[in-house]
Amino acid sequence: MSILVSKRTKVICQGITGRQGSFHTEQSIAYGTRMVGGVTPGKGGERHLNLPVFDTVRDAVRATGANASVIYVPAPYAADGILEAAGAGIELVVCITEGVPVNDMVKVKAALQGSGTRLIGPNCPGVITPGECKIGIMPGFIHKPGCVGIVSRSGTLTYEAVFQTTNNGLGQSSCVGIGGDPVRGMNFIEVIELFERDPKTEGIVMVGEIGGSDEEAAAEYIRRHVTKPVVAYIAGVTAPAGKRMGHAGAVVAGGKGTAADKFRALEEAGVRTVHSPAELGSAMRSALRGSRGKSGAAKRKGVRVKKVRLRAAKAKAKRKIKRSVRRGARSRRRARR
Amino acid sequence: MNLHEYQSKKILASYGVPVPEGLVAANPDEAEAAARALGGTAWVIKAQVHAGGRGKAGGVKLVRDLEAVSATAAAMLGRPLVTAQTGAKGLPVNKVYVEAGSQIERELYLSLTLNRERGRIAVVASAAGGMDIEQVAHDTPEKILSVTVHPAAGLEPWQCRQLAFGLKLKGDQIAQLQSILAALYRLYLEKDASLIEINPLIVTSQGRLVALDCKLDIEANALFRQNEMAQLRDVEQEDPAERTASEHDLNYVSLDGDIACMVNGAGLAMATMDLIKLEGGSPANFLDVGGGATAERVTAAFELILSNPKVRAILVNIFGGIVRCDLIADGIINAVRDVGVRVPVVVRLEGTNAEAARAKLAGGSLAITAATDLTDAARKVVKAAKAKGARS
Repeated sequence: MSILVSKRTKVICQGITGRQGSFHTEQSIAYGTRMVGGVTPGKGGERHLNLPVFDTVRDAVRATGANASVIYVPAPYAADGILEAAGAGIELVVCITEGVPVNDMVKVKAALQGSGTRLIGPNCPGVITPGECKIGIMPGFIHKPGCVGIVSRSGTLTYEAVFQTTNNGLGQSSCVGIGGDPVRGMNFIEVIELFERDPKTEGIVMVGEIGGSDEEAAAEYIRRHVTKPVVAYIAGVTAPAGKRMGHAGAVVAGGKGTAADKFRALEEAGVRTVHSPAELGSAMRSALRGSRGKSGAAKRKGVRVKKVRLRAAKAKAKRKIKRSVRRGARSRRRARR
Repeated sequence: MNLHEYQSKKILASYGVPVPEGLVAANPDEAEAAARALGGTAWVIKAQVHAGGRGKAGGVKLVRDLEAVSATAAAMLGRPLVTAQTGAKGLPVNKVYVEAGSQIERELYLSLTLNRERGRIAVVASAAGGMDIEQVAHDTPEKILSVTVHPAAGLEPWQCRQLAFGLKLKGDQIAQLQSILAALYRLYLEKDASLIEINPLIVTSQGRLVALDCKLDIEANALFRQNEMAQLRDVEQEDPAERTASEHDLNYVSLDGDIACMVNGAGLAMATMDLIKLEGGSPANFLDVGGGATAERVTAAFELILSNPKVRAILVNIFGGIVRCDLIADGIINAVRDVGVRVPVVVRLEGTNAEAARAKLAGGSLAITAATDLTDAARKVVKAAKAKGARS
């Protein structure tokens, strides 16, 4: 098991004939990802990297049965690309593109609400399940199949966490870079929820940074719902207020979104925090050693765990119903055609 | 991208939002001519800088005497204005805005910006205008009114009414606020704003709502489709090093310390600064050279770093993902030689071919120290900076 992507995930690339799309599709194929095609409007019918190219995502989905898409198109067209993928029924859209206007993402977020599409990014490294499926720009070789789930707002800091957990033998179940923009698809909570349910994930590494309050929200969620050990690091303790630190979303505004607040919220939620990113791997290892079997948090709230499991089971059943409803709608649409 | 008040108000006026009459002036004579042209008996002279807190810093003056206009403008123009938001160096005042005085009955606060939690545009209003809104929100959160806008529905009349009644507006002031808000929301979308802040929005003694001040920020990522806004950029208000950085596609922020860093990736760059601090040093800058870390970028980055005379040591921290570390090492060695780096450089390279890269860095005759890991790198650079400081 893993989260979001596996050997079975069939992936297309939007912007496959561009420089970035081309390069990273090749890397993904070399890693073993099931790349099944690409989309570049106007180049339908051609072949690129020995894959079929389509004019539209819908054509690509019909011909290949793809259920995931990775987007490398330039920022002015990225939002349109995300919505096209969602419109074609793609379940997982990963948008790597940096510099997508916030107002575009506000629209995208509203449009995706209630749809069956999950979005990762934009401005992110992507998602990987080591040894099975790599969607994005992360260097595949540093990963190793294992038991740590990693979720992060930063690309290279994700690689640090990966590298350390590979070197100390833990390896990763899946790694998700949720991206550095203020309005994005999946957030910490959604990814952590998946890790909590994933039997292969034994511990969770969370890497946050200044700006917004998503880490605080995640801390509250962890306190209530997460039984697995969580190790967290927040970047930007020394960042001056009001300055955007590289990522569009990394800014302390009006005294809010400071690293100190985030550290405090996480610590109050029982999360093990580290103040040096170099300690992520070792902290995870000692957290797991201390809690193999049952975690400290789980011991403290044994009753709650049961409730959580019950909730998870209920949610699963609900999703099943939703899925079948969707399937029904889809077949009805088909019947109309 | 920040705009000046005079630019923002012109845009506001073009959307039908009432603003006081005003004229921009680049010298004292122009300021006096502006006051004459505006007429009346009172004028407000406002320094045009990209920062708030001007009033307390002496950047906003009320003048009741035409002769005093040029002297007031002269005192502001041509020197930096230091406010609570500018840092110690302040920002240059190259223009002043001369505005007709207003009769103020009430001061309100109004802003449109992104609500990150909801992923929607929020309209924030308060009856406590003319003050530091962050302080108001902190001390008296009940005085902050807010609605968020669904992008498909747009800002709806009931939301405007809710804010208007919350602000205790009366009679046709409610309709005035509604039309102002509708205009601002349209402006926010059409110009790709990231912030419109009107503080204060005044109620005049005649019962009219007028935007007395305005801060308008345009989202940098949307400038590709906002040519008209891009023309309004005033580079003189920007930090020179940060300006050079943006020309080379580097993300750079000046800080006060003496250890420069060069890192790939924004998160790792912040983490590197934090590590330097954790080890007892003080970072001189934030610098993200991007994922590629090509030779040209590394060279440009070294030049940028060394333009800061305070720098005593440099930490290069690159996690080479898809790019090979030995190639990055070559780039660093060449750049250090070509640029003529005379301060110690500590390099931490990790990723593909990291061993070969470390051997290359150690083998050269240049003052480069190879570090084995993150912590080692931070310790070494802090030590190097302290040694350099002791010598000089």
